[in-house]
Amino acid sequence: MDFNITDDRRMLSESLRRYLSDQYNAETRNSVAYVAPYHSPKHWQEMAELGVLSALVKEEDGGFGGTGFDINVVFEELGRALCPEPFLGSLLALQLLASFNTSKDANKEIAAIVSGEQLAAVAIYEPHAPDSLSDIATQATQAGEQWTLTGEKTAVYGGPSATLILVVAQTADGLGLFIAEPSAQVAKANIDGGGTSSMSFNNTAATCIATSAQAEIEKALDTGRLALCAEAVGTADVLLEMTIEYLKQRQQFGVVIASFQALQHRLVDMAAEVVQARSITVLAAAKLDEEDASRHVALAKNLIGRMATLVAEESTQLHGGIGMTWEYSGSHYSKRLIMLDHQLGDRFNQVNRLLKMAS
Amino acid sequence: MDLSFTTEEQAFRDEVRSFLDTSLTPELAAKGAANLELTKTDMEQWHALLNAKGWLAVTWPVEHGGTGWTAVQRHIFEEECAIANAPRIVPFGLNMLGPVLIKFGSEAQQAEILPRILNGDDWWCQGYSEPGAGSDLASLKTRAVRDGDEYVINGQKTWTTLGQHADKIFCLVRTLAEGKPQRGISFVLVDLATPGIEMRPIKLLEGGHEVNEVFFTDVRVPAGNLVGEENQGWTIAKYLLTHERTNIAGVGFATRDMGKLKELTKQIKRNGQYLSEDTLFMAQVVELEADLEAMRITNLRMLQSANDGAAPGPEASMLKIKGTVIRQKINALYRSALGPHAAAMPQDAIAHDGLPAEAINAAATYFNNRKLSIFGGSNEIQRNIIANDILKG
Repeated sequence: MDFNITDDRRMLSESLRRYLSDQYNAETRNSVAYVAPYHSPKHWQEMAELGVLSALVKEEDGGFGGTGFDINVVFEELGRALCPEPFLGSLLALQLLASFNTSKDANKEIAAIVSGEQLAAVAIYEPHAPDSLSDIATQATQAGEQWTLTGEKTAVYGGPSATLILVVAQTADGLGLFIAEPSAQVAKANIDGGGTSSMSFNNTAATCIATSAQAEIEKALDTGRLALCAEAVGTADVLLEMTIEYLKQRQQFGVVIASFQALQHRLVDMAAEVVQARSITVLAAAKLDEEDASRHVALAKNLIGRMATLVAEESTQLHGGIGMTWEYSGSHYSKRLIMLDHQLGDRFNQVNRLLKMAS
Repeated sequence: MDLSFTTEEQAFRDEVRSFLDTSLTPELAAKGAANLELTKTDMEQWHALLNAKGWLAVTWPVEHGGTGWTAVQRHIFEEECAIANAPRIVPFGLNMLGPVLIKFGSEAQQAEILPRILNGDDWWCQGYSEPGAGSDLASLKTRAVRDGDEYVINGQKTWTTLGQHADKIFCLVRTLAEGKPQRGISFVLVDLATPGIEMRPIKLLEGGHEVNEVFFTDVRVPAGNLVGEENQGWTIAKYLLTHERTNIAGVGFATRDMGKLKELTKQIKRNGQYLSEDTLFMAQVVELEADLEAMRITNLRMLQSANDGAAPGPEASMLKIKGTVIRQKINALYRSALGPHAAAMPQDAIAHDGLPAEAINAAATYFNNRKLSIFGGSNEIQRNIIANDILKG
């Protein structure tokens, strides 16, 4: 058994960590995260050149990574720096395009995303189906060679900066996958930074990638969930460190507050959950390309949801007023940890999936 | 034992409801329902409506222009106001300074200041916490040095809620550097227009502006602005904190928010069914409802014993902890129920079909209300108070 990451991944992890700490500090982050398009083209291009995007793609699809462990390494570093760049949208798109890499269109688009030239997002969920595939209503219609889409999409991560939008829609064969430009888009800042769009398609011309893509969409979503787990581990790790440091320097009643046993035990409970979170994320990453990937990802995303809530809420409480302020970067870490549970199915949603798998 | 309200109390509840029906403007109620930030004018308008009815100073005796209500009446009033989505009475002048002046102030201070609070002539804010004095409030360092007929104040206050609207601030200041820290604190009234005062906004994590920091540089205030005796400030502060805490269980707010949460579960569809049909989610809701119902009775038991003349003890601390945690949990479930719809900044959120207006603010409200377990004596400090009591002797 070997829990060490490979040298290649260690180098990627270290160079990404160094890059983000030098070039994407808290001040830069806050100036990008809450203002449209919630993304910095310069930094995106530089990170593409570092190989961050190609690390998300398997060799046979034109990248140099693409396994669960590669995704872990990248997203943990993004989480540590609280990077608001739209990597999740690009990851989902890369996964889906790779699933259909026999198509010339897909191959061309993967190369464009990996080089940083295209920013991608995937429009899956809908206002009345915010985190499940069972009620997707957007309809794809074919007339001769031409496909058109009609419907409403929501929670499109990275939508505001995307130049390439994949859309999930109903076809006669089930859930299909298309490329289309929305007829209307509303871009929104997330309360925890980064951008999300709502989109509508109204008889919009579309390119068909596949008419039956349910399994591939599920797979891409599991990959996205793993990425969120890894991001949460990075974010929680840093927030825990910040909380420990704060308790060690904040004085009240003539002593540092870290000397109070009641607070020490709470720090320990946080630390234990972060350790557990890292373990289940490693497990989910190891299983990502195996048959029981979904179960392990669901277990991970559920535990991560619980851990993230605990760490965020306890960190805020242990900091007192300062943890409630915009100026203190810990508050943005707390917001991210809380809101991360709302993406791609929260902890309740994962339990429901697990119960369904068990029965 | 009889858990029902008396006929008089029931009649009082009806009177409060009918007042709210006729006097609370739909605009104010709509803002309250959507958890929108109220403007200064909104709050002043609500105060004026209550004042016209004689219902503004709910903690003051009748002879000073208050309602003279019992603790149970105050509870009924607050519960009905919360359920009707009425604004909260801004507590600084009415529920904090007012009771302090009535108990410790000179006749001249009472005669001058109390009517101005009722009429809305002065908006007061609180200058207690400092960057280095939060839970350990007694370690505060802002100095007031006597110089002839004046005090000269230097230092910094923080977390001053709604200070941006205020004309005046009541402060705890250090007047004696030696001895036990609690013995050298005084309670002083300061006009914010005095030279040497600077107020700066503090932006909160969800983006709102409701607290401030206040800097004092050689600020000269008349010695007559001292409330009570010099170095009596800690006694006053403890008296005031008890007052602050009696309302902090927030049963009315929790009841209102629980109602909204249950309503929302009937409107949100997840995995092809309404959340209200999702056993997993609803188990969390009903457990929280059990906590809330228990707290309602705990609160009433304590109000009744206050009515019967018992001095407030550590029960108030118990209620503060339970009340704040229950409200925070309701906020968290409301946010969870919305899934990805809760993610956007309030100003960017668009109303989705069939979602209530307050859904737009669900996450912001959740984040903002993390303050509930921090302010007014953090829940950790409340636990210390209870521990001291149950372990004593």
